[in-house]
Amino acid sequence: MQPFDLVGSLPLIVIWLALGAVGIVIQAFVRNTKLVFGYYAGTLAVTGTLAALTSYHKTTAFQHMITVGGYANYFDVLFCAAGLMTMLAARPYLQRSESEYDEFYTLLVSAVSGMILMAHSNNLVVTFVGVELMSISFYVMAGFFKMQERSVEAALKYFLLGAFASGFLVYGMALLYGATGSLDYVDIGLAAHGGTLRFPLLLAAGAVLMTIGLSFKVAAFPFHQWAPDVYEGSPTAVTAFMSTAGKAAAFSAFIPIIMAVMPVGAGAAAAAYAPQLQMVLAIIAAITMLVGNISAIAQTNVKRMLAYSSIAHAGYLMMGLVSGSADGAAGILFYVTSYVFMQIGAFVIVGLVEKADGTNVMLDDYRGLGKRQPLLAGLMAVFMFSLAGIPPFAGFFGKYLLFLSAIEAGFTWLTIVAVVSSVISVYFYLGMVVKMYFQEAEHATEPAPTGMAGITLAVATIAVVVLGVLPSLLLNIYRTW
Amino acid sequence: MNYAALIPLFPLIGFLIVGLFGKRINSEKLVGTIASSAILMSFITAVATFMGLLGMPAEERSFTSTLYSWMAAGSFNVNIAYQFDQLSILFTLIITGIGFLIHVYSVGYMHGDKSFSRFFAYLNLFVFMMLNLVLADNFLLTFLGWEGVGLASYLLIGFWYDRKFDGSHITWTGDAAKKAFIVNRIGDFGVLAAMFMLFNQFGTLEYAQINKLAPAVWGVGDTAVTIITLLLFLGCTGKSAQIPLGVWLPDAMAGPTPVSALIHAATMVTSGIFLIARTNVLFALSPTTMAVVAGIGITTALFAGFVGLVQNDIKKVLAYSTVSQLGFMFTALGVGAFTAGVFHVMTHAFFKALLFLGSGSVIHGMHEEQDIQKMGGLKKYMPITYRTFLIGTLAISGIPFLSGFFSKDEILWFAFLNGSPVLWGVGVAAAFTTAFYMWRLTSLTFDGEERFDHHHVHPHESPKTMTIPLIVLAVLSVFGGLLGVPHVLGHPLHIPNLLEHWLEPIFAVGTTYLPKHTGDHTTLEFLLMGISTVVAISAIFLARSIYSKGTERAAGIAAKFGGIYKLLWNKYWVDEVYNGAFVAPILAASRDVLWKIVDVVVIDGIINGSARAVGASAGVLRRMQTGVAQNYALIMMVGIVAFIGMVLWPLLR
Repeated sequence: MQPFDLVGSLPLIVIWLALGAVGIVIQAFVRNTKLVFGYYAGTLAVTGTLAALTSYHKTTAFQHMITVGGYANYFDVLFCAAGLMTMLAARPYLQRSESEYDEFYTLLVSAVSGMILMAHSNNLVVTFVGVELMSISFYVMAGFFKMQERSVEAALKYFLLGAFASGFLVYGMALLYGATGSLDYVDIGLAAHGGTLRFPLLLAAGAVLMTIGLSFKVAAFPFHQWAPDVYEGSPTAVTAFMSTAGKAAAFSAFIPIIMAVMPVGAGAAAAAYAPQLQMVLAIIAAITMLVGNISAIAQTNVKRMLAYSSIAHAGYLMMGLVSGSADGAAGILFYVTSYVFMQIGAFVIVGLVEKADGTNVMLDDYRGLGKRQPLLAGLMAVFMFSLAGIPPFAGFFGKYLLFLSAIEAGFTWLTIVAVVSSVISVYFYLGMVVKMYFQEAEHATEPAPTGMAGITLAVATIAVVVLGVLPSLLLNIYRTW
Repeated sequence: MNYAALIPLFPLIGFLIVGLFGKRINSEKLVGTIASSAILMSFITAVATFMGLLGMPAEERSFTSTLYSWMAAGSFNVNIAYQFDQLSILFTLIITGIGFLIHVYSVGYMHGDKSFSRFFAYLNLFVFMMLNLVLADNFLLTFLGWEGVGLASYLLIGFWYDRKFDGSHITWTGDAAKKAFIVNRIGDFGVLAAMFMLFNQFGTLEYAQINKLAPAVWGVGDTAVTIITLLLFLGCTGKSAQIPLGVWLPDAMAGPTPVSALIHAATMVTSGIFLIARTNVLFALSPTTMAVVAGIGITTALFAGFVGLVQNDIKKVLAYSTVSQLGFMFTALGVGAFTAGVFHVMTHAFFKALLFLGSGSVIHGMHEEQDIQKMGGLKKYMPITYRTFLIGTLAISGIPFLSGFFSKDEILWFAFLNGSPVLWGVGVAAAFTTAFYMWRLTSLTFDGEERFDHHHVHPHESPKTMTIPLIVLAVLSVFGGLLGVPHVLGHPLHIPNLLEHWLEPIFAVGTTYLPKHTGDHTTLEFLLMGISTVVAISAIFLARSIYSKGTERAAGIAAKFGGIYKLLWNKYWVDEVYNGAFVAPILAASRDVLWKIVDVVVIDGIINGSARAVGASAGVLRRMQTGVAQNYALIMMVGIVAFIGMVLWPLLR
């Protein structure tokens, strides 16, 4: 065992040094937004590239505290890509609102560093640090439009409820430690899979509480109610980032924890609760997608509609956890990747259509967009189709994998619920397309010039199409782990 | 030879460029050049691939190029993979070669059309789909191409969607397009069902696997293989316009003439022949299906040939002729003469494309006139069109040493040898009609007095972009047959049957399950060949004596055989029977039961009911979303207690 693995730790070291040592110093002396923007964009680019290059190197580092390579590095690349795409779209957006401050980029990279920690974590404490680092950055970013009441309200609500949920998370961790005597995922997994425990009840309680804490982070029922308010109130660029990369990060932590504490079909005495936990996850998934999609129908505000849709997507993603299998995990990985691109794409367009004072975000404001902005409307339509899960876009294939994993785990009823709620979702996704193409505008406002957001849109569109047509590109990567 | 996978790619790129930017390019020349050169590049690549295959030992002339695996779910695996072998490369050469000529021709023919670029986008799309059909290494990809060419055909038949069209119970080009599409749906059902059964049996849809595994599972005459091949053949009757699904092809003439030449004569309609050739092992295992194929083929050949005798629309004559010739090809397949069938696909592609393009040239020069009763004497106005058309006519009639002679005689010979003298006799009768209606067509169009209105119509020869493809196709129609000279003629002169030799490995396995006929039949074969030649020539002279002066004599004969004439003129009332037996009842049932009861009452009731339920629950959820953080925390707390209870309660008991 190596106590310190330089190659594997490289992405983490780079982002930490860039953020904590160099970035803070630069920002203390230089007030040049452009420079800071470039610096942090570069940081994310370098981190992502290093993560991609070192992904072959699979081991643990920092005394088993983190795992490196493969799975973790895959998420590193995803987070850095999402961060970069958000930064590119956020700069023109913030400039229009006259609230571009350097701190935005600092907070964003800080959130990414927390996400990276979550994906790499092999230890409950590391997970907790990662979750909090990401969450606290999000709380501040949500209130970034500090002159807008809605933005501040969003930040406060998010913070209060987030702190509440973190309590359960950390309590669950404490119970797991109490049950197994270890914070290490491997040890916990061994204990749950085959060990004999003095207090098996503690393990069960800890597993449920952790599930609840993470369900809050992914905005699953009944811990989802913060999401619409926060996503609507936050600056659109922040919403785009929180609702995508944030969700991906939560799942990156969720998968290994569930794999450790929910031994499916192992028949271990220590984990007699596993079937019930599976059922809890299935119920959460089912109600989450129904609630998300049904509520989305009633919305008149695009940001709120997308917020509910993002809740529904958390439900689909949780289907992959129910099976507790590698296939389910692969489904989550594929779907969350697709989801990051399509949701960022949709939110970036919302940000472009939005006016500087935060209005023009109602569904009716999209009437006739197909005529006024054919390209923008066309891309929006692509994202809507993909979110609705219509082939040949990425959303279709991801859903397919998740549904399949649920069926193979014996949860056919869950798949039926998922299909029904997908059908419901088609109503509002296509409702958007109908508004853009088949209805006339009452008042026409021109969207802001695309600027650098165009790069984000281009990347998102290409990803959504390519992943839909060539899913094996990613699936082959998962097979190598 | 990895570059071979580029063959289908070029037309796709052409389709995307012309389809997306055609309007903006706004230059006929540029659009035409892009679209045509896309096909030309495919052709060149196909030729290079062909040369590569030629350089290999005969048994190794086959390779698969897997582009990617679209999805793999359990045992179900879908690959986008192309199979290059003797059969697929032959079809590819025909599709891209003739496709290129027709693209060039279309530049002249479609000149000035307001949707010039849309036409070329569809044409490129068609070629792309057709290439997928023939190059696929599995049923599913072939089916994708199968549906894709159907779509392209639909789009192109209805290309002039604002024009009237006088068809059977049809008044509008859009209806003709729909008819083609819907009739083909019936056949597609057969293909799909066959695919499901094959997958169920073998767990794969790859041709190579199925061809290898099938003989091990099924003996000759097994019921399962008979059902599967009959279902496949149902699909073939749709695509290749055979009885009982052939009714759409004559109405498909509503499309622009180059489309008729490419899709409805040279390539798409031969998909059925391709599919049978590709799965020849399966068909060879079922003597019943083979007999059905031969029977349907020869019947179609004769019946369509008779209808062709009385048509007055220049394109309709050619359409029925196509149906009839496709019948010949199926006859060949049905008697196990796979090579002869494929050979006829090739020669037919040459001369029928030539004839269609020639008719297009006539229509072009006559200002959109298609009725041959209003033509006559055009040979002095259109010398190139006339000469090339004449060559096409002679080739299709089976005049010795032109391409049609070799391929048709080979089919007739095998119909006699492997089939029966009856099959041969019907075939000769069909061949008689072929020579007769083709000569009638040529005479009425180009010979005799000028029956058009000189004040309004000024016939003229077509531009070079149209005549050059005619000349190239005429040359191919003359010499194309030399690739498949039958042994009885070739052997004494030391001319090998190149095509048979080339295709041998494709049909090697299938042929082993067919009955064998050995022995020396040289004299008999010469005799039969002589008879069919005499029949063809006498048909020509008969038609010439009736029609070279005009239509009066024909009208007299028609009056004498009033009943038969009426039967043929109305195409045996097949459309009427179908309308009465299928279309009208289905329409009535759809309207009165499916629409008014099932749809309005049941489905709308359920949908509206569930929509109301969803709306109501959305209202409840909305009231839960109070915006007050304390309430949210409360709901969270309820959830937490419930979930902890769910997990811990069974453990505590």
